[in-house]
Amino acid sequence: MVSQSKDAAIVGIHEYPSRDVEGKVNALQIKAASAAKALADAGLNWSDVDAIYDAGEGAPMSGLMISEYFGIQPTVMDTTGVGGSSYEFHTAHALRAIREGKAKVALLTYGSTAHSNAMAIGAGGRGGGISPGDNMESFAGQTLIANYAMVAHRHMHEYGTTSEQLAEISTATRYHAMRNPEAVQAMTDLEFVGIQETTIADVVGSRMIADPLHLLECCMVSDGGGAVVIASADVAANCKKAPVWILGTGEATKYPQNGGDLTTSAGAQSAPIAFAEAGVTAAEMDIAMIYDSFSITVLTLLEDLGFCAKGEGGAWVEGGRLRYDRPSDGPALNTDGGGLSSNHPGMRGIFLLLEATRQLRGESTSQVADAKLAIAHGNGGMLGARHSAGTVILGRN
Amino acid sequence: MSEEKKIPTRPLPKLTELDTAEFWRATKNKEFRYQQCANCGTIVWHPRAHCTGCVDGDLRWKTSAGQGTVYSYSIVRLSYHPFFRGKAPYAVAYVDLDEGPRFLTNVVGVDDPGADVHIGQRVQLQWEEHEELSIPLVTPV
Repeated sequence: MVSQSKDAAIVGIHEYPSRDVEGKVNALQIKAASAAKALADAGLNWSDVDAIYDAGEGAPMSGLMISEYFGIQPTVMDTTGVGGSSYEFHTAHALRAIREGKAKVALLTYGSTAHSNAMAIGAGGRGGGISPGDNMESFAGQTLIANYAMVAHRHMHEYGTTSEQLAEISTATRYHAMRNPEAVQAMTDLEFVGIQETTIADVVGSRMIADPLHLLECCMVSDGGGAVVIASADVAANCKKAPVWILGTGEATKYPQNGGDLTTSAGAQSAPIAFAEAGVTAAEMDIAMIYDSFSITVLTLLEDLGFCAKGEGGAWVEGGRLRYDRPSDGPALNTDGGGLSSNHPGMRGIFLLLEATRQLRGESTSQVADAKLAIAHGNGGMLGARHSAGTVILGRN
Repeated sequence: MSEEKKIPTRPLPKLTELDTAEFWRATKNKEFRYQQCANCGTIVWHPRAHCTGCVDGDLRWKTSAGQGTVYSYSIVRLSYHPFFRGKAPYAVAYVDLDEGPRFLTNVVGVDDPGADVHIGQRVQLQWEEHEELSIPLVTPV
């Protein structure tokens, strides 16, 4: 293992507990409440924050208003908005700003009331946008779910992947969700039918939403949010909790191309960059926090991140391999219950960092004994079209 | 309140979008046009004003013969869109035209989309006419 630089660490986290705020709280309030709790978790205060990262989901021109709303005076501002992986990008940028000496305490926040607003994210109409890409595509009525489903069909066609194999992703995350009281409460508040561990048969027997994806292969649409505080090594040394070091990061994007391969995501570009910087490999990961918008997202990304070869993901996940209580088989997947069964208000990327940090602190409800290394990989946009990939490798002392 | 019910319609492209307007104007005549760079040969899709293959691009419009192959597809069984909810189940597909462009469309003219659409299927353009433009759908050959 090459020597790892430990320049910046996650020192404070908070996951907003409610997934159904019943319209009584707005996105900005969720962001501020989460930020305060995350700063308190670190033993820091608003006045310590000198770098702000915001994906713009709370308000337009967020770079101009979010600091005022929080009441902070940052000298680094970054409004990178690349969908659900924005928070992995923010983490990468915060690491660089801290390394350069431009910042000491970075604050990342997320808030959304997608559920209360009855946002039809998965099965709503696309379009309304006037980008040239949208202007060529919105006539076809491709729902977001159908976009991911097209990746799944192509994966099945090229590699013989089955619905039963994809269902392993859903059963593993539900297995973890049932051990997380907040996830159980989320499923209760969102009126899930059958809040219990699921079988492969349950998943493939659930209603088809967009062939070949079934209902139990699709994430929830919740309210929610959270915050992450990242600090320099000298600040981290005096924080309340043990630091979770940011060992490596990678960023990439991909979009439809003539003759392109739909079964490979931008993660195939971002992950090697992150692993090389961290000086570790996929095989060493104890925890895999991988954006589970849909079952196929995880299967594709497990391959792209290097856990197995392209096309072998289906066989690789068989037999409950991704569960937290099977550590000898490789990483535990989405031990909070994931977007499938715990929290998905539209942009899940921040929760990947939160649960990875809980695992490396020993605070997870599906704790992997002695977890040392974790990967958080966000996919923003649409896997089967234009999307972004942010990879973050985390490690504890 | 009017007694008349608004009949939901397919969302149509905007002829004011500058990169893609020329493509859509040509569809009025049922022509599927795409761009190729005379300098570097790159086939540019979606249409736009610049070549993505070289910095001194010379984009020329060409017309597809309208034959292609289904690269991947899904059958939409749940849509909340006012027009498409009434169409479900319907097939969306990426189609590789023989000339190279890969475009998103619907496979129409099949009895049971779930059984009658597949990857590798040969398809051809089938135009759906509207007032100012036509929509390029495909149907099995």
